[in-house]
Amino acid sequence: MSEAENSSSSRPAANRRLAFRLALVSLFFTGFGFAMVPLYDVICRMTGLNGRTNAVAMPANKNTQVDTSRWVTVEFLSHSMPGVGLVLKPEQFSMRVHPGAIVHTNYVVKNESGEVFVGQAIPSVTPATAAQHFQKIECFCFSQQTFAKDEVRTMPVVFVVNPELGSDLGTITLSYTFFEAVKARV
Amino acid sequence: MANEMADDASHGAAHYQGGMLRWIQTTNHKDIGLMYLIFAITMLMIGGAMILVVRLELFQPGLQFVQPELFNQLITLHGLIMVFGFAMPAATGLGNYMLPMILGAPDMALPRLNNWGFWILPPAALMLVLPFFLGLMGIGPGAVDTGWTMYAPLSVQSGWGMDFAIFAVHMLGVSSILGSINVIVTILNMRAPGMTLMKMPLFAHGFLMTAILLITIMPVLAGGVTMVLLDRHFGTHFFNAAGGGDPVLWQHIFWFMGHPEVYVLLLPITGAVPHVLSAFSRKPTYGYRAQVYGMWGIAILSVVVWAHHMFTSGMSTGSQLYFMYSTMLISLPLAVLFFCWIATLWRGSLTFETPMLFAIGFIVLFGWGGLTGLVLADAAADPQYHNAYFLVAHFHYALYPTTVMGAMAAIYYWLPKWTGHMIDERLGKLHFWIVIIGFNLTFIPQFLVGLAGMPRRIPDYPLMFTEWNQLSTIGAFILGLSHLIFIYNLVMCFRGGKKAEAKAWEGAEGLEWTLPSPAPYHSFETQPIIK
Repeated sequence: MSEAENSSSSRPAANRRLAFRLALVSLFFTGFGFAMVPLYDVICRMTGLNGRTNAVAMPANKNTQVDTSRWVTVEFLSHSMPGVGLVLKPEQFSMRVHPGAIVHTNYVVKNESGEVFVGQAIPSVTPATAAQHFQKIECFCFSQQTFAKDEVRTMPVVFVVNPELGSDLGTITLSYTFFEAVKARV
Repeated sequence: MANEMADDASHGAAHYQGGMLRWIQTTNHKDIGLMYLIFAITMLMIGGAMILVVRLELFQPGLQFVQPELFNQLITLHGLIMVFGFAMPAATGLGNYMLPMILGAPDMALPRLNNWGFWILPPAALMLVLPFFLGLMGIGPGAVDTGWTMYAPLSVQSGWGMDFAIFAVHMLGVSSILGSINVIVTILNMRAPGMTLMKMPLFAHGFLMTAILLITIMPVLAGGVTMVLLDRHFGTHFFNAAGGGDPVLWQHIFWFMGHPEVYVLLLPITGAVPHVLSAFSRKPTYGYRAQVYGMWGIAILSVVVWAHHMFTSGMSTGSQLYFMYSTMLISLPLAVLFFCWIATLWRGSLTFETPMLFAIGFIVLFGWGGLTGLVLADAAADPQYHNAYFLVAHFHYALYPTTVMGAMAAIYYWLPKWTGHMIDERLGKLHFWIVIIGFNLTFIPQFLVGLAGMPRRIPDYPLMFTEWNQLSTIGAFILGLSHLIFIYNLVMCFRGGKKAEAKAWEGAEGLEWTLPSPAPYHSFETQPIIK
């Protein structure tokens, strides 16, 4: 205000200065908009929000105590995007496991697209709070897969349900969605 | 360029070109304000006509008039046009016209920037609706059809109407950022000597808050739609799960802009309405300080509550609780504002001229909008109401009374200052009562069908919802026609009518009423001094 009071000749300069600073503020927030992308990624990975589970193999911890007093039901789901021409099915739709035990199961893929198919499966765990405690040791979702025409392949998933899983959770659902490959970003 | 931008407007009297050139070249805040308002009302009519087609389709179950593809385009364009094409330009126009007069300034701080800000709008609007008309003529896939929220992955897969919408959003964003910068600079630098921030009229406080919000959120939306554009055409995977992206990220980016946007639309009106209330109660505004702090409270809280729009998108219990409570917290500063508005009326010498009727209508109807919002903010109840017509009715009760009725209260209130004529009170009151009947008839049935489970954005519905939908459609047409009376009133008031005095309303206070009616081309050649 003091600047405006001084004289009317200094006012345009003051106005311009302030306008320039405000333009910088809006530029900063454009950057903030883009910064939300990595921030979101990091926050989701740290907290397991949104059902994110590990996308790279976890080392198997041999010393984990198996909690035989408790059962957890793990359900398996699968989707492939419409029109992809890939049929994905779990061998077992549901398993009862002890927390801490290393569990093996398989998914079966059939390539009906009529050509060579390159794709990647994206895992998701529900409920979101269980995502951190669902640790995959081996998974076909860790890398891109190539299927020959009409190929049928059985692919393994090896996982451990961490005994630290909240005692109120009795059922965990693991879901895979198969996407056609895009140029790898990572 | 910077020199030209800051070109001081306080030179000489009217010296503008004649004809169209005057309007293209003008840097005068009144000319530009008027153009903003004309643009906004035009868009209101276009967006309104579109939704009337939608209501016509919903008059009966089954598909009668439009196919689902066209229906989707109509609801999407209605949303985008009303928010970005009507509500925001209307507020900017009002601010442009009134701020210099209210602050005791000759003009806006950056007149040339002001001109640019306006003239970006018509091309942007054209960009938005062009694919729609091309689509009607059988060229291309039609306009953006994703709903105004433009959720990924739909927006990544949609036809090229989406690309037009993206560029339109960019341009509208630039326009509102330019307008906001101008408003902030004007308010901070151009006030009359002696007018401290806490002596500044509430109108200016409302606009200051809005402008600050806009320069923080519009760039984020611009960034977001740029990512959609990159995903669509340049092989990135911001929102594509196959490439490691996440569609829910779009929802976060969009609602980080989308929720404060609601308050961007509300705050100018919470600034303008107290002027009207105090004038027609003939007593000063109650709780000036409380209202200023209340507006600050709303503005600050508005940027940390966005994910309450996403309760059904999958979220941990902890985040749901946080977003539920922080959302409900906003009702506290809003309640302060409501209390102050009602306390201003308390024991005043009330008269009910048209602006006062609209202001009181705003308080009552916006109150309903706010209270139904509390129901939706409840994370446990929301899954029941989310994306049902209850939500549609809620946000129309939140937005129509503010952006349309509040703006009409302000326009009717200051119109004598703009035109030099009083409006025809009989027609004004007729307008008000038709709005009240039409609006409630449109949206009360939508609450009821929403509670019964009718989903939004679908052109067909089960037989049991028919009666309520027919009432709603009849209401919508009444409401639509009421705007024609409004336009007629405006035109008649510019053309003639009873001469307005400098102080057009008996109880009106403020610097703008010290100017003659109509106000001179340059508002205050010499700034008044506030003691």
